[in-house]
Amino acid sequence: MELVTPSIGLVFWTGISFICLLILLRKFAWKPILGAIHEREQSIDEALNKAELAKQEMARLTAQNQDLMQQARAERDEILKEAKTLKDGILNEAKKQAQVEGSKLIEKAKIEIENQKKAALAEVKDQVSTLSLEIAERVLRTQLDDKTKQEALVANLLKDVELN
Amino acid sequence: MDCNQVFVSKVKRLIVVFTLLIAFLSVKIDAFAQVDSAVVPVDSAVAKTAEAVSGEHGTEEHGKEKFEPTKVIMEHIADSHMWHFWGHVSMPLPVILYTSNGLEFFSSGHFHHGEEDYKGTYNTYRLVEDHIKVVGADGQVDEAASKAVLDFSITKNVAAMFVAIFLIVVVFTSVAASYRKRVGRAPKGLQSFLEPIIVFVRDDIAKPNIGHKYAKFMPYLLTVFFFIWFNNLLGLFPIFPGGANVTGNIALTFVMALGTMIIVNINGNKYYWKHIFRPDVPWWLYPIMIPVELIGIISKPFALMIRLFANITAGHIIVLSLISLIFIFETLAIAPVSVAFVLFMDVLELLVAFLQAFIFTLLTALFIGMAVEEHH
Repeated sequence: MELVTPSIGLVFWTGISFICLLILLRKFAWKPILGAIHEREQSIDEALNKAELAKQEMARLTAQNQDLMQQARAERDEILKEAKTLKDGILNEAKKQAQVEGSKLIEKAKIEIENQKKAALAEVKDQVSTLSLEIAERVLRTQLDDKTKQEALVANLLKDVELN
Repeated sequence: MDCNQVFVSKVKRLIVVFTLLIAFLSVKIDAFAQVDSAVVPVDSAVAKTAEAVSGEHGTEEHGKEKFEPTKVIMEHIADSHMWHFWGHVSMPLPVILYTSNGLEFFSSGHFHHGEEDYKGTYNTYRLVEDHIKVVGADGQVDEAASKAVLDFSITKNVAAMFVAIFLIVVVFTSVAASYRKRVGRAPKGLQSFLEPIIVFVRDDIAKPNIGHKYAKFMPYLLTVFFFIWFNNLLGLFPIFPGGANVTGNIALTFVMALGTMIIVNINGNKYYWKHIFRPDVPWWLYPIMIPVELIGIISKPFALMIRLFANITAGHIIVLSLISLIFIFETLAIAPVSVAFVLFMDVLELLVAFLQAFIFTLLTALFIGMAVEEHH
């Protein structure tokens, strides 16, 4: 039974020293320790929150950048496309113009050639008529001499004319 | 009374377990004695008779002290006026007595291990089984006068508790200093070892059980936790400055439980008291309910007291019993077995040391939480 009978001395000393310990630790240990832990937890929380905010801000900026990039790319594509169509238009126009100009030149040349041809033909006709007249004069002259000879001459002359 | 029943049954259980252990051991001794009896039959028969005659006092056998495990173990787990180191070396502790005439101070060394009486200022004192008794004029112990003398000595348990308190103060003031030195930075060294435990007490014991009013009770909870834990650990330490069964002493657990009871009842709000004096039951049940609730006020801290005391004392008894096996069998061959078991038990006791401190603090927080809870 002695084991379970609290002795007055030990009760007294335990009580006194436990209260002293409680007061001492409360003032010199628990207050600063719990305060410091609390403060640090708060600062960690704050830092984490700030980091979260920064992350969101970062994400926002990145998205914005992406947007800008996309826009710029689209704009560039647009410009390139426009330039291409413009170039194609100019090229086509030039081709068409060249063709028109060429055909005009050809037309002109043809007309010139025609004119020349006409002139030449007129001259040939002139000469033929002059020659015919000359031949006819000579034939008339020789006819007077000899009928056969005249005929032969005419034939000869005609041969010459045909060669021309 | 109800709680008295618990008290007695716990003690009985402890005593039964212990008696069974001792009975088992004595059967073994008899078996050994019978083996021995072939060689020295006369001696052992003489020893047995002598033991029967002299009762519980040790007898001489082969010029050696007879080993009595019960006495040794009980001496170790009980309080003492000496701090025993080893062999016959021990440290005398101051004796403080409160007599009707005044206080008496002297060293327990004057008793020479209970062999001599000491003549103080008012009485002559004798050490009987580690209790200080007053010796009357006839040279006999005067029981009536002894009862009047209150023993406030710095006993082994008190001294061991002072050592623990000194350690706690040194450790935690240094930790607090490192918090001041390293404001807002990561903990380091001892600080980083103790901080998780402090945070554990706060986040896993105080907050879930008490709620948002926890901050007010943190100093008490932390002090209780570390006081019990340090004393438990020092109790596991086999020699000075440990070895005392401080938390396994009913006086200490009584004070701790009393502290919890006072804290709980001082902070009890109107709902707590309403629950006790005007519970939500039909009025004709009040004659039963109110006494039951009033007993509840006592029985809750009472359970705390018995739990801590029984757990730590049981641990000490088991370790000491295992060590005693070596001396009971009087052979070194059993030593490896004993040591292996003791090692196992010590590791288990390390866990128990933490667990009991945790449970005591947890239940204290639970009771406080029940007392300060706001009902709707």
